[in-house]
Amino acid sequence: MKLRKNILIISSFIVYGLWFMPGSAQAAERFFEIKAKKFSYTPNIINVNRGDTVKIRLLSEDVHHGFFVDGYGIKTSAHPGMEGSLKFIADKAGRYTFRCSVTCGEFHPYMVGYLVVGPNSRFWLYAAIVLVIGIGSLITLNRARKTNG
Amino acid sequence: MADKLFGLIDLNWRFELTKFKLIRNLFKSRWFPLLAIIFNLFIFVIILISGLIGGFSAGNYNFGIMIVWILWWVMLMFILVPIFSRAWCLMCPFPVFSDWLQRGALFVVTGLKLKGLGLKWPKALKNMWVMNILFLVTTFFSGFFTVRPLATFILLGGIILLAFLIGLVFEKRSFCLYVCPVSGFQGLYSQFAMAEVRRKDPEICKNHKVKTCYVGNECGYGCPWMLTPFNFTKNTYCGMCLECFKSCPHDNMAFNLRPPGVDLLVDEKRGLDEAWKAFIMLGIAMVFFLTMQGPWGFLKDWVRGTSLKGYLTFISLHTAFSLLIVPAIFLVFSYLSKSFSGAKEVSLKKIFTNFSYTLVPLGLGVWIAFSVGIVLPNGSYILHIISDPFAWGWNLFGTRSVPWTPVFTGALGHLQGAVLIVFYLFSLAYGARLSRQTYPTEEQAKRGWIPILIFLTLATLAFLWLYIG
Repeated sequence: MKLRKNILIISSFIVYGLWFMPGSAQAAERFFEIKAKKFSYTPNIINVNRGDTVKIRLLSEDVHHGFFVDGYGIKTSAHPGMEGSLKFIADKAGRYTFRCSVTCGEFHPYMVGYLVVGPNSRFWLYAAIVLVIGIGSLITLNRARKTNG
Repeated sequence: MADKLFGLIDLNWRFELTKFKLIRNLFKSRWFPLLAIIFNLFIFVIILISGLIGGFSAGNYNFGIMIVWILWWVMLMFILVPIFSRAWCLMCPFPVFSDWLQRGALFVVTGLKLKGLGLKWPKALKNMWVMNILFLVTTFFSGFFTVRPLATFILLGGIILLAFLIGLVFEKRSFCLYVCPVSGFQGLYSQFAMAEVRRKDPEICKNHKVKTCYVGNECGYGCPWMLTPFNFTKNTYCGMCLECFKSCPHDNMAFNLRPPGVDLLVDEKRGLDEAWKAFIMLGIAMVFFLTMQGPWGFLKDWVRGTSLKGYLTFISLHTAFSLLIVPAIFLVFSYLSKSFSGAKEVSLKKIFTNFSYTLVPLGLGVWIAFSVGIVLPNGSYILHIISDPFAWGWNLFGTRSVPWTPVFTGALGHLQGAVLIVFYLFSLAYGARLSRQTYPTEEQAKRGWIPILIFLTLATLAFLWLYIG
């Protein structure tokens, strides 16, 4: 019982710490020029810190492409020779997919990239839970062995 | 003392749904599941026509692509398999033509003698290997059939034709049991399902000398899946056709709700074929994620076959990863399990095979999490295509103009993370029990479980990193 309580307390601290993991001390303005071409973006992963102001210039190299950011619900689009732009504050930590919002060809539903707003507390939170469960399971097993022994 | 899952649910708990007269009568009626099959046949005819008409167009506005690869797939992974076992097989229209040919009728029971050549399936192939290979080979074309309507038409048309031809030559549902690429993973994951078809009272079956569930009678055909419903112990190969409900004169078959995953503890017919199915499913999930939900354009070019070299590289890496690398890593951990346990008398094969069933819950979770990532961004296309299935400008339900609307994609990471953790917990819960089945003593079981627990933890972390890291 005491063991379970200890595991629970330690887990709560880890989860709490990860959930409220602080962002960078100073928010900055980040600019990205993203080129869209069937069926990928360049750069395909953009890393920013929580609190940063993100400015995106979207260029299309072939057909009409869109750019929708999951979690932020904002979008723009670009035709060849006619760019699109976005500006937003990256206030939600985690990895968010940005995806093409204009049907651009057969692989359109899978034309995606990642916006990683660091620190990726969402991933670390779930990873910590997995580790706590795994380690807790091991400790419980070991304790049970000692008790039986 | 009752063995309780997570200390909460008695693993022997069952709730018989067929005790309700309405459900029992439905299951005993010859109209069911025939009507469901005919309805799905109608849907699949539309799917095939739309696939043919759609040709090489973009698949996101095609009825066939959206219904099969978004709606059907998600229904299969979210509801049908994890809750109702092989409920899709119950209503699958693919084998309806061979059933019709063999029986000479769709509705009534015409007699015990079936038509067709009725050859026995080769003994060496009475396992999951053909399904394993066929499913893997099918995924080689994932970059085509999930996005090109014509490719979906060819794939589904091919499967329907193959089902018919095999039904012509081989007995009963040999196709479903040994060939259908969709059948294998449903069988594997249906062990996790929260429902089962089982006999009620073993004594009644024991005293019933003519096994009508196997040979059939005037009310129902003998098990089309060539199984013996009077001693079912696991879901893997039961296609839930419900013929045994109809042919049992004692109403001794039951459709039960149960705790998820209890079949994983049934130490019967475990084999390397099923183990490899579990590995292949994990491998395919990873490859599908990388190519469909990953941001790497060169991988998408590989699977789309923009160059022969890239396409062959994709096939080679995909095959090597799913068939060799994943099993090889698991073999290493199985070896460590044996070493840790100190149980020299237990064969490595037994350890490897038994523990491979811990991948069933995790694999199912991985696929559910993957499917969430497909349906939330793309589900809204379904509203468009049901109104205009052939892209002829129809507006049947007034939803043709609904724009693409991603739903809850901001919560996608949380959903995927939570799903992985839930199914990881199930893998751990059953893994510890499988360890006790595998090793002779409790002490050996505890020690031998540690490397497998580490493997499952690392595998979960790997998928977590892939999905949201």
